[in-house]
Amino acid sequence: MERVPILKLGDVLLVSIQIDLEDEVALNLQADLAERIVDTGARGVLVDISGLEIVDSFIGRVFADIAATSKVLDAEAVVVGMRPAVAMTLVDLGLSLGGVRTALNVEKGLKILREDLGLRGVAELDMTPDRPGDT
Amino acid sequence: MPGVEATEPLELPIAADRDVVKVRQAMRSFCLVAKLTLVDQTKAITAASELARNALIHGGGGQARLALVEDRGRLGVQAVFADEGPGIPDVDQALDDGWSSGSGLGLGLSGSRRLVDAFEIETEVGRGTTVTITKWAR
Repeated sequence: MERVPILKLGDVLLVSIQIDLEDEVALNLQADLAERIVDTGARGVLVDISGLEIVDSFIGRVFADIAATSKVLDAEAVVVGMRPAVAMTLVDLGLSLGGVRTALNVEKGLKILREDLGLRGVAELDMTPDRPGDT
Repeated sequence: MPGVEATEPLELPIAADRDVVKVRQAMRSFCLVAKLTLVDQTKAITAASELARNALIHGGGGQARLALVEDRGRLGVQAVFADEGPGIPDVDQALDDGWSSGSGLGLGLSGSRRLVDAFEIETEVGRGTTVTITKWAR
């Protein structure tokens, strides 16, 4: 079974989902993230979903659960990079992702964590856009 | 199924998590052939994902049949999800937002209905459930 890699950047755990998520893989990611938060004492979690072509109710619920679990473990989760078509579909589906903090891209997500949480590590990162139009 | 010209109807088994992913990928290739817009593709694939998972979780597995359809020169994608599970005693209730018999959010049926142009459900207690959806190119 594939696993989604989790990277540590200072006080932030970064996850970039680049595969079409099987339900089991999504559930494993949720469990792995909870463990890594506890192991590393991370205060922020960034989940980049710019590679995801669809988010259905199951995957959406996993994101909501990741956000809730992170909060209980004293970390803030931000879901970034949602494609416009995915956002429109989620609204039609009736999934508001109410408890999930979102940002347009990784850079803006890091900015939220940096400014709102005053995170160590993230503040030291010089995030310069590497693609035009990314800001 | 990238690279496969999806013009012939395609039947796929739904027996495990990975089959839900396969249904999504096959649905995508049909949507591309029918030239659905990106937003309509995303909606159709998401609806297919919901219904395939319903067949797996509530129906104990089943099958999906995807096909291109045409109406007065307009192309569309039709997908049929059939299971031989317990069936749904109260369809109106099952189509209500927020109702769920399992672990989902209860959005599977009602949500997927909003994502497509046509939605039909046939169900009989003890015999199973068949859901047919159609999404037309604009």
